[in-house]
Formats: sequence, structure tokens, C-alpha cells
Amino acid sequence: MYRNLSIKQKQIVWAWAFLALPVLFYGVIRFYPTGNAILISFQDWNLLGERNWSGLENYIKLWNDPVFWKVFKNTFLYLLLGTPISLVISFVIAYHLDQLRFMHGFLRMLYFLPFMTSAVAMAWVWRWFYQPVPIGLFNNFLASLGIPQIEFLNSTTNALPSVLAPAVWAGLGFQVIIFMAGLRAIPRSYYEAARIDGVSTWTVLSEITLPLLKPTIVFIVVFSSIGFLRIFDHVFNMTTNNPGGPLNATKPLVLMIYDTAFTGYDMGYAAAQTVVLFVILLVVSLIQLRILRDR
Amino acid sequence: MAVVEEIRASSEALLSAKAPRKPANMGQIIRWLLLFGGGILMVMPIAYMISTSLKWPHEVYNVNLIPVEPTIENYTFVLEDGRFYGWFINSIIIATITTICNLLFDSLVGYTLCKFRFPGRYIIFIAILSTLMIPTEMLVIPWYLMSQQFGWLDTYWGIMFPGLMTAFGTFLMKQFFETVPDDFIEAARIDGLNELQIWWTVAMPLVKPALAALAIFVFLGNWTAFIWPLIVTNSVEMYTLPVGLSGFGDEADVAWELIMTGAAISTIPTLIVFLIFQRFIIRGVVMAGLKG
Repeated sequence: MYRNLSIKQKQIVWAWAFLALPVLFYGVIRFYPTGNAILISFQDWNLLGERNWSGLENYIKLWNDPVFWKVFKNTFLYLLLGTPISLVISFVIAYHLDQLRFMHGFLRMLYFLPFMTSAVAMAWVWRWFYQPVPIGLFNNFLASLGIPQIEFLNSTTNALPSVLAPAVWAGLGFQVIIFMAGLRAIPRSYYEAARIDGVSTWTVLSEITLPLLKPTIVFIVVFSSIGFLRIFDHVFNMTTNNPGGPLNATKPLVLMIYDTAFTGYDMGYAAAQTVVLFVILLVVSLIQLRILRDR
Repeated sequence: MAVVEEIRASSEALLSAKAPRKPANMGQIIRWLLLFGGGILMVMPIAYMISTSLKWPHEVYNVNLIPVEPTIENYTFVLEDGRFYGWFINSIIIATITTICNLLFDSLVGYTLCKFRFPGRYIIFIAILSTLMIPTEMLVIPWYLMSQQFGWLDTYWGIMFPGLMTAFGTFLMKQFFETVPDDFIEAARIDGLNELQIWWTVAMPLVKPALAALAIFVFLGNWTAFIWPLIVTNSVEMYTLPVGLSGFGDEADVAWELIMTGAAISTIPTLIVFLIFQRFIIRGVVMAGLKG
């Protein structure tokens, strides 16, 4: 039968044969669970008991939950601190590294190495750094310089930046590499022309380099924003004795979801939180894509 | 897409083209020294992790980077315990199988979407692409319920199934198959190869760099994956390295030299792979980063 088909029809048969398993996979492992998560968010269900429809109850509960607003604020703090800081640092490094030849590859390796580490392992290393005297590295250094101790992970104000630091550190190498690729894509002739015109370094930076880097910048901003909004591994591992503590000072949305679903087994409530996360990610990405289109 | 096109050439440029030679003036030297200092700072956490894993307990609280009397006692202790060994094997198996699956399926789907004309092509492409917008965290609850229902909890399959194919990989491979000329495929068809053979023997060898980039990303992603393995595993034997390390850190409490040893065990393999394939990996990261 196959022999009687035209070339075009044969192609269709092959295409669907190739796609059969993947289509099944995306349907069962991606789309069905997405729908299911949204469905569960409208139910009251503690995993063991009955599944009951509860309408918008989970969302109303979320709206009235002071912990949620604390967590919401934390999640955006990670984003609003992490993204600009890592963007500026990685640009400065890439900009200068791009103009060096001596041991260029070696320097690039130093900056990129942290990207290859596991977040869990590094969260524990940084956690050790942050311990009070006589254990932690940072406080030992401060002590040897005669500077008073700093409470890192035990303070409600310092804990969030302390947890954020290793996340920024680990992502920096990737951003530096992407920035350098973007810088290399700018035609040399623009710089030559600017040099002939005798334009200052700062003007070149603000009038040529940065505008032409806009696509790269938007890519890095989108990429790192999504990463910071979904922060979990670092927080969970640096605060295992009291996840998200002290006093929820470091708790991001994903950790709240994990807690609600797998410690409290309140599946409906947790599902509602995942829907909120989804909406946040969607809105943030769409805003950033809009900016990209406006260029 | 525009971003991609614009920077396409530059992943090659990043590695091949050198910055214009500048005379070694004072400014360049200061710039080099500052960047060098910054680079050293960047690797300090890794250096301290390894250094502490080689220290005796009584020396851990010294801030010196080089251990006074280096010892591999911690490694013997941690590995003799047996659990780390098992977690290591689990992580290797899971990351390897997932990587192979991604290489096969993502490239097959990418190839089909790129080189075949058939009804439903556009819808499938958009559907797969749209899954990029769905965060993993939204799916963990349904995945968990699914695993519970089918008895996948606490199994390798349970840990692996969500990541066997990725939209990111499919999109990446589709982009690269665009560079394979249709004439090659047409010629192979005339030679009497069937479509599966064409994909495997003609198209796949032409996109090896992309396959390598995808392999690096998928392997690293699964090697360090934490939240899903944490949820789906219950028994200590089924833990992956990150999950095991997380529990071990809690349990070892203040024995920081042992925690650092565990951290080093889960980090050193990827660092070694990186040091060996450095140029290759950086090129892959640029390609994958800009096309994904």
C-alpha cells in the first residue's frame, strides 16, 4: 500500500511516524499536566481526602494570606536585585575582557567556571562562608581585620541578599560569555569611524556599543529574570533548618509552592500558587518581549 | 529570532577572532590585573570547597587556602559510607539516559519540523514552542500525582520522564537543520535511502556541533537538577547527588569538611569535563544560549 502513495503522501506518513511518540509525550507530560494544575487550583484537596470543587476559594485564601504577600515581595526582590546587579557586573567584565589578549582564554575560564557547578553544592559552600565565628570564612576574615561580625543568614534583613549572592555568582559566567559574543558581533568599522572622528570612549560606549547590544541585553534580562523568579535550590539548601527563614525573610514563591504541596499536602492551594507563578512569568516575559520588538 | 540572526556569526568570532592588538600600556596592565583579581575571586568558593575537603577537622576553621597537612581522609570516609557512591551512579545513569533521549527525540522532531511539509506542521511547532512558557514548578504537582497513580514514585523512570524531550532542544535542533541544504536530502532520496536513514546518516552528522551543545546543556541540567528528584524520590538509595547532598548536609550538621567533600564530589566531575572541553563548551553555550 505504501508503494502506491505519491512522494508527497509518503512524506506525510513519515512525518507523522516520526512525530507520533513526541506528540504523545508533549500531550501527556506537558499539556495535560498544565490543564490539570489549573483544574486542581479550583479544588480543595489534601491528597488523602476527597477532591471537592471550591471555586475561587484557593485564590481568595491566597489573596488574604500575609505569608503570600511576603513571599511575593521576596520573589520580586530576588528579581529586582539580582537582574540589574548581574547585568551590570557581567557587562563590565565582558567589556574589559573583550579588549584584552594576554591570557584571554584563561581569564574567561576563571569567570565561566562557577557556571559549571551544581547549585546545591555551592549553596552549602556559601552557607559555610556565612557561618558566625569561628566557623565561617567571611566572619573569620572580618575578625582577623578587627571588623565586627556580620549576621548573614540569621538576620531578616541580610539573609535575602546573602542567599542571592551565590545565585548571581553562578550565573555571571554565562552572561559574560553571551555579552562577549554580542560585543564581537558589532562591526569593527563603527569603532574605526568613531576613532577617526575623535569621539571619546564614553560616547562610543553610550552611542555605539550599548544601542547595538540591545538584543543581547534584552536576552540576558529575560533569561536571568526568569531564573531569579524561579529561585529555589539556593534558598532551600541555605536554610534547610528552617526553609525560607528566618521568619520567611528569604522564602520565594517556588519554596512556598513546595512547602504547601509536599509538606502541607494542600494540593489545591499549592496549585493556585503555581498558576500565579505562571502568570507572573508570562507577564514579565511578555513585557520584555514587547521591549525587544520596539527596538 | 532577530537576536539569533544578528549574533549568529559571533559564536565563531568569539573563539577565533582576536581582539585588536593594543600596545601594552599602563591602562591595559591595570585592566588585566583587575580582571585577573576578579577572576581569582570568582573561583575562590570552588577553591575553598576543594581545600576544605582536604583538611583535617581541626584545621577547617583556619582561613588558609592551602591545607597544612592535606589528607584524603574525608573522601575515604564519605565514600566508604556507600551512599555517595550510589547517588553518584544514580546521577550518572539518569543524566546519561536523559541526554541520549533528548539528542534523539529533539533532533528527530526538529528535523521533521524543518524538512517535511505536512498538514499540522505549524500547529505542532507552535504547540511545542509554547511549552517553553510553562514553568516546571507548575507541573510538579500533576507529575507527582501521575507518578503516584502509575507507581513511578521512587524509580529512575519517575525521575527521568519529565525531561526526556525539551522544547528548547527541539527549537535549537530545528534552527540548525535549517543549515542543512535540501539538495543533500533530495540526493539521498534518489539514492534510495528511506527517511529514517536520511535523518540518521545524512542530516545528523552535519549538525554535530549542535548535538554537542545540546548534550552539554541537557547533561549539566540533569546533573544539577534538584526540585523534581527531591519530590519524586523517597528512599535514600534512589536519591540523585544534589538531593543526597542536601540531606547529607543537614545530617552532617557542623562537620563542614565532610559537607565540602560531598559538594566537591558532585562538582568536580563537571569541572573536569569543562577543563578538558573548554573551548568546545563555551562555543556550545553561546550557540545554545543565543538560539534557545
